[in-house]
Amino acid sequence: MRKSFFADNPSVLWFLACLGLFTLGVTVLAEATGAGLISTSFVKTLGKVLCLCLVAVAMDVVWGYCGILSLGHFAFFGIGGYAVGMWLMYARTEAIVIQSLAERTIPPTATELNDAIATQIFGVVGASEFPLIWAFSHSLILQLMMVVLVPGLLALIFGWLAFRSRVTGVYLSILTQAMTLALALYLFQNDSGLRGNNGLSGLQNIPGFEAVPQSVISMGFFWASALALGLGYVLFARVLTGKMGSVIRAIRDDEARVRFLGYHVESYKLFVFTLTAIVAGIAGALYYPQAGIINPAEIAPIASIYLAVWVAIGGRGRLYGAVIGTAFVSLLSSWFTGGGAPNINLGFYTIQWTEWWLVLLGTSFVAVTLFFPGGIGMIFDKLKKGTS
Amino acid sequence: MIRILTMALALLCLPLTVQAQELQSLLQSHQKTIAKPSRKSVGPVLEALVTSGLPTVPVFLEYWQNKDVYSREDDGLFFYGKAAGDTLELIDVDTGETVATVDKKAAKQIKPNGGVRKEIGSALVQFQLSDPDIARRTDAVNAIARDMSGQMLTPLLGSIDNENDPTLLARKKQLANYLSAKFSDDPAHRVAAIQDIAGDLSVEGRAILSQILETELVVTKGASDRNLLETLEIGEDISAPEAYALIVEQHKLSPMVSENEIRLALEANVEGGKVGGIPVQQLNDLSKRENAYDVLASAGAVAPRVTEAMLTDALETYQIHRAFVEDDPVVTLAALEAQASVQTRVGVNQFFDLSLDAISLASIYFLAAVGLAITFGVMGVINMAHGEFIMMGAYTGYVVQQFVPNYTASLIVALPLAFIVTFAAGVAMERLVIRWLYNRPLETLLATFGISIALQQLAKNIFGTQARPLTSPGWLDGAWIINDVVQISYIRIAIFVLALMFLGLLLFILKRTRLGLEVRAVTQNPRMAASMGINPDKIKMMTFGLGSGIAGIAGVAIGLFAKVTSEMGSDYIVQSFMTVVVGGVGNVWGTLAGAAMIGTFQKGVEWLNPSNTLAAQTYMILFIILFIQFRPKGIIALKGRAAGD
Repeated sequence: MRKSFFADNPSVLWFLACLGLFTLGVTVLAEATGAGLISTSFVKTLGKVLCLCLVAVAMDVVWGYCGILSLGHFAFFGIGGYAVGMWLMYARTEAIVIQSLAERTIPPTATELNDAIATQIFGVVGASEFPLIWAFSHSLILQLMMVVLVPGLLALIFGWLAFRSRVTGVYLSILTQAMTLALALYLFQNDSGLRGNNGLSGLQNIPGFEAVPQSVISMGFFWASALALGLGYVLFARVLTGKMGSVIRAIRDDEARVRFLGYHVESYKLFVFTLTAIVAGIAGALYYPQAGIINPAEIAPIASIYLAVWVAIGGRGRLYGAVIGTAFVSLLSSWFTGGGAPNINLGFYTIQWTEWWLVLLGTSFVAVTLFFPGGIGMIFDKLKKGTS
Repeated sequence: MIRILTMALALLCLPLTVQAQELQSLLQSHQKTIAKPSRKSVGPVLEALVTSGLPTVPVFLEYWQNKDVYSREDDGLFFYGKAAGDTLELIDVDTGETVATVDKKAAKQIKPNGGVRKEIGSALVQFQLSDPDIARRTDAVNAIARDMSGQMLTPLLGSIDNENDPTLLARKKQLANYLSAKFSDDPAHRVAAIQDIAGDLSVEGRAILSQILETELVVTKGASDRNLLETLEIGEDISAPEAYALIVEQHKLSPMVSENEIRLALEANVEGGKVGGIPVQQLNDLSKRENAYDVLASAGAVAPRVTEAMLTDALETYQIHRAFVEDDPVVTLAALEAQASVQTRVGVNQFFDLSLDAISLASIYFLAAVGLAITFGVMGVINMAHGEFIMMGAYTGYVVQQFVPNYTASLIVALPLAFIVTFAAGVAMERLVIRWLYNRPLETLLATFGISIALQQLAKNIFGTQARPLTSPGWLDGAWIINDVVQISYIRIAIFVLALMFLGLLLFILKRTRLGLEVRAVTQNPRMAASMGINPDKIKMMTFGLGSGIAGIAGVAIGLFAKVTSEMGSDYIVQSFMTVVVGGVGNVWGTLAGAAMIGTFQKGVEWLNPSNTLAAQTYMILFIILFIQFRPKGIIALKGRAAGD
């Protein structure tokens, strides 16, 4: 069965091979494990890009294959980040507080310890007690379960409500965008229990690994991200093959007809929506320890639209397209905004790419939608046609 | 006849001439205090001056307050001084004539300190209250309103009879009322004044009432003879530790030892790694710490802890009351009644005020969304760049103001210009992008999003990231104040009117003009419309331009009260879509209903939780998501063939 799956989908094998080669190459060239040609910060950037690729693959499944243009998947991504960030922040603050209280002549009581940690974390929003949602923050296992459960449950409830009342097309997009906006606005409040505008910070310091240098930690996260992307890719490729995949694609093409054929369209959509939300959460949980900070601005609706932009540029309806689009646009974006691109002097005006990059992105995005609806992935289609 | 008049005049002048030296002699009788006034000693002097009734007294008080009174070294007489270089002009206090010009050292300047000057000032107020100059009277009244001190009551009442300016008279009466409610000696007067305040909505009146009703917590053993509001129930109105702390404060019991104090005491008494026989390592537990502390206490090293039994005992022995600072129960009762009635009416007025706010917010949402109601509602095109059209309109207004300095004129120029600019932008966008994507709505969404980020960045590059002002003309400044609770700024009224105008205009265009007819025909069935001789391409272009143009005008209106930044459009885009979706797509009335509902709901939530507009928005969106569950087609759903699908 497994053999035949890969035999049927040579592109999956190709993808895994490319990903493996890429990981190996970075490992060989990285500071901690190899030649040192790639700096730690760039390893982190690459690791983050891999996480973004994973969430983009999820987005491609839900949009490119199932036809639901969700503008909420970056919210699930953010929730995953928050869930793991709570543990990171708690555990690290606990270590710091224990260290500082150890100097006292009398050892602290459990309540004193707890109060000190809470003051340390929430002092910035003027609170000194743990909100209810931090109840599990002391346990890594429970918080990791939250990474999966919270986005999954939210997607399940939201999807059930939306699909049940047959909200489709652009209406669904607007509704998911509203959900994202509501979540971001909620998190922006200081009394949301997640430090409001400040977000969670210091996430790059992994408790228990204080002695390990960042270069090694970043390599660890890079490998983890690559592994997650590989597994996620195989999972989705598996979901999308066979009868189930056909039904999902059919829903995209003509939902009413699938319903008349006797399939329970809502269940399929709900399954895809929830599964992709969970994967987005996992990607977020891997992304934010590498980014080091998460705040509500990351969840704002525009981030989810960017996600759709990446997928569209890469070519939707192809899993590898999402990966290529994300890697291409986000790396290009950091090249342009990081000042890597040379300024163009027109004589009367100098084009500084830090200022003009978004204009270029916006217009080229319009151009892609108008003239190359298949995105970058279309090139591969053409190649395939040429060989066969 | 003339003789009689002259005699009368002479009679009138007589007292003046007789009094010529009176002020000086009066001042001389208080020579020492006036030359070196202190806050304590100045009172009787001021009283003597005021009761003397001399017309020159206010002038003297003013000079005195401004440190312009000098005392001659030779004889101690007082003069007003005018310093010029090294010399000093001495002016007589009674006649106002220059007596002599002397060397500066010949006379000593009198410098009353701040406290004394304040006393002089309040003595002056009663003269200023009847001053012929209305500006000075107003100043005096304002000074009383600031201080609200009881000694001003009598002079204020005295000045009311001769007041001829009706507004100032009303204000004086109002203030006198407040002062007598608080300070009058006669309880009947006070009650009457308080009942009068009950018919008043002003913040000052409410403040006076709550000042009269000021309470404090008193702890007594047995009954209290104070004017009580209530007796507190321990555990319900006040927690046991708080109550005990209060008892400690007022009746000198031994205070509770807090956990922190226990810790500090233990830390101070560590001996050889042990406290009270318990090893330090074990003291990470509260009960063990208490045991150790008790050991220390029994050794006399620290004060003993208050036990549970002592606490209960104290709470049973003492009662805690909330007592009025005011002793007269008749007054407080009247004030309580007045406060209740004022609060009811304030509540009603606040509701009214909130409704006005809701209407104004709804008209803003309507303005922002009405263009979208056409492009999205009628044509079914998702235009994510709609917000950027609003922004373009606002920037157009800003640019016009750079060239036309008169704000009114610039507004008149800016409104049509904003329409033209965004109309052109809309038409260009429709021609270049949207018409290729009519059958692919999701891709329209993404393409217009691309345009949106490009336009936003472009605006940032041209105008910078800081907010640009779009100043409203002077006649739109200020607010329409109905009473102290209900008020609405003119700008919001203007926006409401503008929203109404748009509603009318749009309904007129869609229902009564050839263009509207063709628009409706094209949206219902483009092919049929085309075969009837309508050019669908042109109509779609015009419709899209119209929707965009309206967004531009809305941008000018929104820019007048919000900041003009490159991101202002994205603040409105999601709400605008919500408004259209909730109201019902394809219907201008629906947009109105949607805007009204969202505005009211958001203001309602803000009323329940006034500090938090973010929460209000969050709940509003959740509410909309749920609302869509029950009415997926919005409030006003199209029926029949027009609904399409």
